[in-house]
Amino acid sequence: MSRNSIIEELVPIFRDVLDQPDLELKGETSASSVDGWDSLAHVNLVVAIEKRYRVKFALGELQALKNVGDMADLIEKKVSKS
Amino acid sequence: MDERTTSLPSLDGLNRQHRPGSDKSPAPALWELRSRPIDEILQKRKGLRRKLLENPALRPLRVAVLGGTTTNELADLLELLLLADGFRPEFRQSDYNRFYEDATVDVGTLVDFKPDLVYLHTHFLNVSRYPSPGFTEDDLQARVSDELQRFKGMWESIQQNLHCPVIQNNFEHPPFPAMGNLDSTASGGHTRFVQELNLAFAKCAAADRRLLVHDVNSLSARMGHARWFDWERWYAYKILTTPEASFELASSLASLIGATLGRAKKCLILDLDNTLWGGVIGDDGVGKLQIGKETPLGEAYTAFQRYCLSLRERGVLLAVCSKNDPEIARSGFDHPDSILKLSHFSSFQASWDPKPEGIAKIASELNLGMDSFVFVDDNPAERAIVRGQLPMVSVPEVGSEVAAFPGLIQAGRYFEMVALSQEDLARAEAYTANSARTALQSKFKDYGEYLDSLQMVAEVAPFKPVYLERITQLINKSNQFNLTTRRYTLAEIEEIANDHRFVPIYGRLSDVFGDNGLVSVIIGRLEEAALQLDLWVMSCRVLKRQMEFAMLDMLVVAAKAAGASKITGRYSRTPKNGMVADHYRSMGFQLVSAPDDLDHSTWELDLSTYSPKTAHIRIL
Repeated sequence: MSRNSIIEELVPIFRDVLDQPDLELKGETSASSVDGWDSLAHVNLVVAIEKRYRVKFALGELQALKNVGDMADLIEKKVSKS
Repeated sequence: MDERTTSLPSLDGLNRQHRPGSDKSPAPALWELRSRPIDEILQKRKGLRRKLLENPALRPLRVAVLGGTTTNELADLLELLLLADGFRPEFRQSDYNRFYEDATVDVGTLVDFKPDLVYLHTHFLNVSRYPSPGFTEDDLQARVSDELQRFKGMWESIQQNLHCPVIQNNFEHPPFPAMGNLDSTASGGHTRFVQELNLAFAKCAAADRRLLVHDVNSLSARMGHARWFDWERWYAYKILTTPEASFELASSLASLIGATLGRAKKCLILDLDNTLWGGVIGDDGVGKLQIGKETPLGEAYTAFQRYCLSLRERGVLLAVCSKNDPEIARSGFDHPDSILKLSHFSSFQASWDPKPEGIAKIASELNLGMDSFVFVDDNPAERAIVRGQLPMVSVPEVGSEVAAFPGLIQAGRYFEMVALSQEDLARAEAYTANSARTALQSKFKDYGEYLDSLQMVAEVAPFKPVYLERITQLINKSNQFNLTTRRYTLAEIEEIANDHRFVPIYGRLSDVFGDNGLVSVIIGRLEEAALQLDLWVMSCRVLKRQMEFAMLDMLVVAAKAAGASKITGRYSRTPKNGMVADHYRSMGFQLVSAPDDLDHSTWELDLSTYSPKTAHIRIL
């Protein structure tokens, strides 16, 4: 799985959780650049992503993420390990 | 690529069908929402919420959530479930771990919010001081008492300042018992302490009907601590539970809240063949039915019958809806091992008609709305037909394995209750007596003659303290014979009972078949020379018995005594109270509002020309 294909898969999850049907994601998209991506929505995003990829993020792994690209890289790493 | 990634579901469908706003599927029913996977619910929450809010008949509900952990996720899930149950909840959440302050020293900030109820969402780690390993038994009891006082302080503060019920979590057993097995017995054990504290909470709740304990201890045990606690989320977000556990908590809480507001189901409708017994009675005959101790399958059907009987004993009505010859169907209960007997069923419909028709007959016989029913049938086709034609009926997906029926019915939390009243215990008997009354009715040519034969005696009087709980219960669960559908809390009813500006009366009715209990309530409010009726409700158990005449006769007496010269009443249409649209006219009132808007009409009765109407009831 490539970073870009993961980001593409993340789009519908983000659209649902944030209730924004036209939201687009790029590698450099971050919480500060998306309306409604606050700490509460973040909890929901993490749950949805964990269930979607059947992974569980460890403490600290999420803290280091700066943007969607970082998240995609982390997902790729966790999925290939499991 | 490993197997996990290749086995993931395709996202193409998600992209096409589930774009927010483009989803045309109807808003989910409560039972269906409960059965959805938690990840789907959390992901689509905002869209689901939008859809559920489209329901125009939602009833407002204000809930203060005071949490010892972060409560947003729980409140979000609770909101969805309450919306699906017909409420429009508004939440006020305390800041993280500010539950104690918000319930006591800062309770003033909640006064303006005017909550209908306060939920204290605490976990085992919100206990302020646990015992130490060296504690004696006396030390332990003193510590339990201290901790109980802290919680009692919150409950009393809330009840005094906010006048509303409190829902209090009890505590999970500590997940890491330092002393192992001894932790549950030693005076210094944390598990022992939590058990003592939970018992102390239970005793308080048993003595105070405005304090409800939310049994988190059992909930977490049924789920298992490994699936309940989520330590990563605790350290990262101060949410202590897994998403699954949060949903379980919200689901249990929604049932409890629904039950306090009269949303619980009233009647369990059962199929017969392969639901209450193994085999097909029409083909196999009574002797070959699987029931009793002879076979494992027979034992499972016996256990299910026992479960149904336990529901009946606490006030849930039982009914049969079966495709069978009626005589043959009834003979199944002659089986010596049948736990259930014919007399346990308040309505018995066996015919070859489609099941929705049978259920409609049960509804009219018992005078209950379709939303009062839970329908259990092993046949998936029958479940589908009932779901399709009677969407208000709850139809749990019970499958066809009888051993699983009790667990699957229980999981729907249909019959939650907040207190067990004498009315509950007597209800099934009362409905069975009603069936006998119906049988008697067909013997008389004249309806008045039938009414006389019932030898009815009514007690109609101003509110009395002993009845206030039942009065509140009746007000909040009456939907059909209810002129204004105003709801009242117990606290409000207590105030009205003591306020001389109100003329509140209740009515009890008994007859030759038994006591129907407290079945009608009117609340009148004096406005100068007029007695304005804010509420008139009656249980459908006593429809067409002229109990409304007895109520009005006594109301007129009370109104005159209070100095009123006329009585004014109001009718507001809801989806359920069409049966009383013409009630005031039939009681002799004159229409005073515009004749073209009978859905919201106002009526007036001149007391100077009133003559009593009761003919077939002796009024005490």
